[in-house]
Amino acid sequence: MIDFEMSEDMKGMRDMINQVAEGTMRPISRQYDEEEHTDPVDWQKMMWDVSKGTSVFGGGPQDKKERSGNGSSKPSERNVGATVTIEELSWGDAGLYLSIPNPGLGGAAVSAAGTPDQKKRFLERFGSGEPKWAAMAITEPGFGSDSAAVATTAVRDGDHWVLNGTKIFCTSGHRALEKSEGFVVVWATVDKSAGRAGIKAFVVDHGTPGVTVTKVEDKLGIRCSDTAAIVLEDARIPLDNVLGDPEVKGPDKKGFKGAMATFDATRPAVAASAIGIGRAAVDFVRDELAKAGVEIHYDRPVMKQSALERDFMEMEANLQAARLLTWRAAWMMDRGMQNNLEASMCKSKAGLAVTQVTQKAVEILGPLGYSRKILLEKWMRDAKINDIFEGTQQINLLIVARRILDYSSKELN
Amino acid sequence: MISFEPNEDQRMMRDTVASFAINQVRPIARDADESCQIPDSIVQQAWELGLIQSAIPEEHGGYGGDRSAVTSALVCEELGYGDLSIALHVLAPRLVTYPVLELGSDEQKNEVLPAYCGDSFVAGTAALMEPAMGFDVNQLSVTASRQNGDYVLDGAKCYVPLGPDARHTVVYAAEDGETKAFLVGSDTPGLAVVEREKIMGIKGLATYELKLDNCKIPASARLEGDVKPIFNRSRIALASLAVGVARAAFEYARDYAKDRHAFGVPIAQKQAIAFMLAEMAIEIDATRLLAWEAAWKLDRGEDATRESCLAKNYAADMVLKVTDNAVQVLGGHGYIRDHMVELWLRNGRGFATFEGLALA
Ligand SMILES: Cc1cc2nc3c(=O)[nH]c(=O)nc-3n(C[C@H](O)[C@H](O)[C@H](O)COP(=O)(O)OP(=O)(O)OC[C@H]3O[C@@H](n4cnc5c(N)ncnc54)[C@H](O)[C@@H]3O)c2cc1C
Repeated sequence: MIDFEMSEDMKGMRDMINQVAEGTMRPISRQYDEEEHTDPVDWQKMMWDVSKGTSVFGGGPQDKKERSGNGSSKPSERNVGATVTIEELSWGDAGLYLSIPNPGLGGAAVSAAGTPDQKKRFLERFGSGEPKWAAMAITEPGFGSDSAAVATTAVRDGDHWVLNGTKIFCTSGHRALEKSEGFVVVWATVDKSAGRAGIKAFVVDHGTPGVTVTKVEDKLGIRCSDTAAIVLEDARIPLDNVLGDPEVKGPDKKGFKGAMATFDATRPAVAASAIGIGRAAVDFVRDELAKAGVEIHYDRPVMKQSALERDFMEMEANLQAARLLTWRAAWMMDRGMQNNLEASMCKSKAGLAVTQVTQKAVEILGPLGYSRKILLEKWMRDAKINDIFEGTQQINLLIVARRILDYSSKELN
Repeated sequence: MISFEPNEDQRMMRDTVASFAINQVRPIARDADESCQIPDSIVQQAWELGLIQSAIPEEHGGYGGDRSAVTSALVCEELGYGDLSIALHVLAPRLVTYPVLELGSDEQKNEVLPAYCGDSFVAGTAALMEPAMGFDVNQLSVTASRQNGDYVLDGAKCYVPLGPDARHTVVYAAEDGETKAFLVGSDTPGLAVVEREKIMGIKGLATYELKLDNCKIPASARLEGDVKPIFNRSRIALASLAVGVARAAFEYARDYAKDRHAFGVPIAQKQAIAFMLAEMAIEIDATRLLAWEAAWKLDRGEDATRESCLAKNYAADMVLKVTDNAVQVLGGHGYIRDHMVELWLRNGRGFATFEGLALA
């Protein structure tokens, strides 16, 4: 049945997280934007204590056991739930949300492509002890979108892989490697001539000799989140730290493809974060308009609407459209459906929508909107990243286009 | 619990209407536009799908089905995908039956509904729009004034589908500044057809300008109750029809782009075209979901004004952009009437103007 009502459980969770966002994130939001490169240690500790061991990303596709239902006939709503959670946290503050100690993208890759032993070795640590992070490093100085251009190399040497190369823009890379006992999943090629087939994902643990964080970037927004450059110089990691099949030939469902498949889960997550920021802006504008005595008449004919009314309604509709597309992509995952197309659709829509929504909000509020006294200008800066990482706007359009046209990446690139 | 899956009945209904739209409606859409005429046979075939009768209770001769706006959104999309003129024509009787069902008294239901449950199509219509810039459903210029216990309607209406052929016309008029609905029989004195309109799109559908000149109707012709939910149903129907029109244009452009070569490759392999198509696909899905959500809210008996207005306005923008892009994808060929895309652009342009032309 077509239904847009959240389950009672989900509403309860949403309300609880909204309280966390409003009560603990908003009050420190400006501070950690201004004090870039400092960790909100107490807040992180608190979030770690309440969320330990759970991934905010909701975990991706359901495995068979979960789908056939642990004795319960209720379908899973894990992924939809994750989008709701992430929206609330990002409504609080997107930079702080990205700073929560968490298995993150690295954990998502291990969950999706790891063996039972690997999951145990790498993920168990998130259930106890001090706060930890994991991260994913694909991007290099020489490429971003074109992820088949990986230049970092992995060479087998006895019981080890030896990694060499430079990774940049790794979210939580510094926290994963040097501020906690975490790990980074590094994409490297074992055979450059094999193209995509040669690219494998390797788990690089904290404290691995030859692995250095060389820079933490200064950014336009999400300043609390750490964005690290990592140099790997003859970094030796155990042989069984490779995710999936290390062979270049043969059906490798879990390696590169497995890691790529995590995008189907993480794109709705990024979209949800975008929507949280957008909602913060829309909520703010709505309140300010109400204070100023501006009423929104939804059922007025277009030619009678004020420009302000029209702008505001467009913001609301765009945001809601993005949210519904995002829920749909997550819902499909909960149902075990292939959602590659829908994941890119929602990411593309949400990335663009919140970029526009927050920019419009700044414009509407005039001098106040531009002022650092309130958070609106920050939300505009934070929002923009959602149109860039996890596939830029253009890359997601490319994926959508390939899907609807039934083209391979060779045919359309 | 959040779900995007139509139920079994809805799927069956949608599939039935979809196959009718593809196999029966689409092939005659161009002719209907060129000849400004819709063949009786297609209208009758549509009638036999039960789109009108199903929502009428058995006691009044109908099938006693529900009146779910969500189901209707699914149906409207498919009909719009077939052809907008034909969709609006075959759905027109709802412009009478739904307001009567929702707002009417038992007497009014008894009097009106059985007429729409027979074996063949019976036209019904509504007169909402007015030929004035700034037309506003909440501030109509057609007035209903009390006179010796009767009502007198005065003013001008436009875009009235099927006008003189309709057995009943639901006329929306301002009574003391408030919009109310009145049931007017086709042969009521003072209700005059001015002319069949000549418009840019939906040319197959016969729409009329009407004049109400001292048109007297009994007090019992007024439909009690709030017309807002009716207007919301109309917005949902229009949004869903727009999704159908847009989808038709999108699919046509997509297939053409894979076929047409330029500079040695299919134009679909050029990003400028591929991205246009991708954005069209995203916006179509986005609009559909907005319409569904508004319909879902209305089905729960809640005030869906905000959602349905947002969905309708969004749809009007979307369908124009998508159909315009579809013409663009075909280049010069898109401008030629051998292809359907120019028709969809003309039809798509109408949604920003249309109010109350269909009900979900
Ligand atoms: C704050 C932040 C956090 C990040 N976190 C991570 C992380 O955790 N892990 C990680 O691996 N990476 C991360 N990234 C990197 C991010 O994913 C890349 O920046 C992004 O994929 C774009 O790559 P690029 O910057 O090299 O841009 P480029 O690939 O150089 O693209 C430049 C422009 O060209 C366009 N373009 C590229 N290819 C095409 C094409 N085929 N068709 C049309 N247009 C095209 C792009 O859309 C873009 O507009 C992060 C980046 C930032 C800024």
